[in-house]
Amino acid sequence: MILDAKIPEGPIEKKWTSFKNNAKLISPANKRKFKVIVVGTGLAGSSASATLAELGYQVEAFCFHDSPRRAHSIAAQGGINAAKNYQNDGDSVWRLFYDTVKGGDFRSREANVYRLAEVSGTIIDQCVSQGVPFAREYGGELANRSFGGAQVSRTFYAKGQTGQQLLLGAYSALSAQIGLGRVMMHENSEMLDLVIVDGHAKGIVARNLITGEITTHAADTVLLCTGGYSNIYYLSTNARGSNVTATWRAYKRGAAFANPCYTQIHPTCIPVAGDYQSKLTLMSESLRNDGRVWVPKAKGDKRAPQEVPEEERDYYLERKYPSYGNLAPRDIASRSAKEVCDEGRGVGPSGLGVYLDFSGAIKRLGEKTIRERYGNLFEMYQNITGENAYERPMRIYPAVHYTMGGLWVDYNLMSNLPGLHVLGEANFSDHGANRLGASALMQGLSDGYFVIPNTLGEYLSTQFGKKVSTDLPEFKKTEAEVRAQIEKILAVKGNVPVDEFHRLLGLIIWDQCGMARSETGLRKAIEDVRALRERFWKEVAVPGTGAELNQSLERAGRVADFLEFGELMCLDALIREESCGGHFRVEHQTPEGEALRHDDKFAEVYAWMFRGENTDPDLVREPLHYEAVHLATRSYK
Amino acid sequence: MSTMHFHLRLWKQKSGTDAGQFIEIDAKEIPSECSFLEMLDIVNNRMTREGKEPVAFESDCREGICGTCNMVINGVPQGPGRGAACQVYMRKFENGQTITVEPFRVGAFPIVKDLVVNRSAYDRIIRSGGFISEHTGGAPDASTTLIPKPVADAAMDAAACIGCGACAAACPNSSPMLFVGAKVTHLGILPQGQAERKSRARNMVRTMQEEGFGNCSNYYACEAVCPANVPASVIAMLNREYIRGELSEAVGAID
Repeated sequence: MILDAKIPEGPIEKKWTSFKNNAKLISPANKRKFKVIVVGTGLAGSSASATLAELGYQVEAFCFHDSPRRAHSIAAQGGINAAKNYQNDGDSVWRLFYDTVKGGDFRSREANVYRLAEVSGTIIDQCVSQGVPFAREYGGELANRSFGGAQVSRTFYAKGQTGQQLLLGAYSALSAQIGLGRVMMHENSEMLDLVIVDGHAKGIVARNLITGEITTHAADTVLLCTGGYSNIYYLSTNARGSNVTATWRAYKRGAAFANPCYTQIHPTCIPVAGDYQSKLTLMSESLRNDGRVWVPKAKGDKRAPQEVPEEERDYYLERKYPSYGNLAPRDIASRSAKEVCDEGRGVGPSGLGVYLDFSGAIKRLGEKTIRERYGNLFEMYQNITGENAYERPMRIYPAVHYTMGGLWVDYNLMSNLPGLHVLGEANFSDHGANRLGASALMQGLSDGYFVIPNTLGEYLSTQFGKKVSTDLPEFKKTEAEVRAQIEKILAVKGNVPVDEFHRLLGLIIWDQCGMARSETGLRKAIEDVRALRERFWKEVAVPGTGAELNQSLERAGRVADFLEFGELMCLDALIREESCGGHFRVEHQTPEGEALRHDDKFAEVYAWMFRGENTDPDLVREPLHYEAVHLATRSYK
Repeated sequence: MSTMHFHLRLWKQKSGTDAGQFIEIDAKEIPSECSFLEMLDIVNNRMTREGKEPVAFESDCREGICGTCNMVINGVPQGPGRGAACQVYMRKFENGQTITVEPFRVGAFPIVKDLVVNRSAYDRIIRSGGFISEHTGGAPDASTTLIPKPVADAAMDAAACIGCGACAAACPNSSPMLFVGAKVTHLGILPQGQAERKSRARNMVRTMQEEGFGNCSNYYACEAVCPANVPASVIAMLNREYIRGELSEAVGAID
């Protein structure tokens, strides 16, 4: 099988324009005849739902939360990139494009990334006109800050709550459309399967989480905007409900899953404190603008940070990467933290932590300025750890934060399964092997507001007269399979809570498919995941029934999918015998310990195709052609 | 790591139509560093091991921003201290303390099960006017309109609302006016929000009343419990905006 990315012809800066000039249009009278199902209402899903409804499509949106405003996009703190060059510091669409391709360690698709950089400015325009209260300068202009992996200030922000404000902007646009009756919103509804009719994605099966009712929904096309799978690690910065179920079940219906091993470990999170812990909390990367990262030079130095004299501190990021310093990209900053901790120089009770020190910035700018910039983050830190970061440095450690892998899509954001479109973090396309800070919000909104409204016509224009209804046997059969899966979980009647399996799975994946990966470790992880999966189906405890609000059942379904997905993730990491971005294979590093890519073999997307239970999946490769940028070894020195 | 013990009184209610009651549980050996919701996770997992049904409660981001969690801890919606219930840590309680946990008690938030209530009324209020009507693609360059920093900051302070419902739960009148006022203030003070300013306040307050919520009578309980520090001054702004909106309609003005 060949995966055709459908990249438009022409030079890179003309591709999107030429695509739009030649794109298939659907007339207003015809738009209202087409029904679009949108699953997930985070940045990508809300913005897509609102925009498609404004255009006149019939939209049905689904979210498992009680309100679309709860989606995890809301937790993004630091900001959103845009190549506006309001700062006159040399930014341009080209630079944002180049930084993103380089930041992704040359494993993303050039044309998609260029388009992302190209539309980035209009996202800011759109959000401002919705009333998103971005930070301003005293004269009333928009303020910017810098972020990792860039030497310009192009990040727009709203305090430390940029994701919240952008999501609420998209939610308000969606709410307006729901109020007008143009979007039918299904809250508390979890998609449990994708319905395929004659090889096309034509509907979904959903479970109402309050009543347990299982329903089928038909449409002309389905958009998955269901986020990433960081929660396979159990402990991550993702919300507790974030899961792989929608994309995994689409995979099992034929959608290719691309680069599942590309996960991002965020360098600045509050360290793990104990087994009881249910999630990890991120401290925004924006803190690295003013905080300096250090550990003691000596191993096992147990002194309080204030007692370690300046000359006995190792500001290791500034030492190793003088030109980017504390703003080195996430993968590099994370790995460096792991290195110093592995050397026995980590701080805090567990020894798995490094300092992020604001004393210099407070001296330079005053506590008031720091409070204004990061007040809510310092408060959050104190609340969780009981420590005051104005007085002593924060302790931070890397944690899983984002997943670059996802369902394979072409330039139109359509999967290899016709009719299935995938937006936002759920797809794989824009960030390669590492995402730069403040680029997730940009991608979610770019996909939803500006890309899909233009690309959807490519598919829908082939679908006149091909309406399906839920009466078809395909719907009945898929629904029956969903019911059987729920019955199967309820029938186990074991005595081990779901959380316990999830925690154990997380430990396996974190140890072997986290910041450092090796062939032996990955092989062992695959065995361990299989064994844990077997145990799950014998011992999991799910009290209650399927015909009511049953949170154990919801979690069990998601963990069952993670237990299958984990194997694919490790397999992908095993086959990719190179290091790139967040994927660090210990066998492949430079003498200085940096990631060593093998472009001759691996400048490719790995897309996995399901072939059946207990059967190895097929691997399909999409070669990555770099026409505009020159493949180079990343250097942030 | 040290551990603590607590005596819990947890609300159990099978569904909105069943009667509810408190169940008493001794929560032993709880790590003193864990959060309130992690303590409930531990208790729920112990119940599950014993074959009992755990207590249903909502949470998602567990860092105080998504607004999913909602419960009343010892009489205080979202629990002691600033922030949502997910930001309450056990070190705030005494060892051996009795802790009572119950759902938000608001007529317009019907109980679904145990500690879970239905807050969709808040979404319906937003749908009736909590937005700026503009369509994707038509926006002018973001730098066209200058917005003074104090205005942008005040809009941000109001926009910080997480939509959790604690304001209505704390209010003796079950008034959500801190929530409604936050949105009306956020959009009403920005230049972008002027076009629909009057109809927005009018429609949102009308929906609020249709949903069965009460009005503000200046108890300020909402401000005291708000996890997002939304100031009660947004209610004063809401009252002004609402009066303008109603007057405007009553005299047949063009708004």
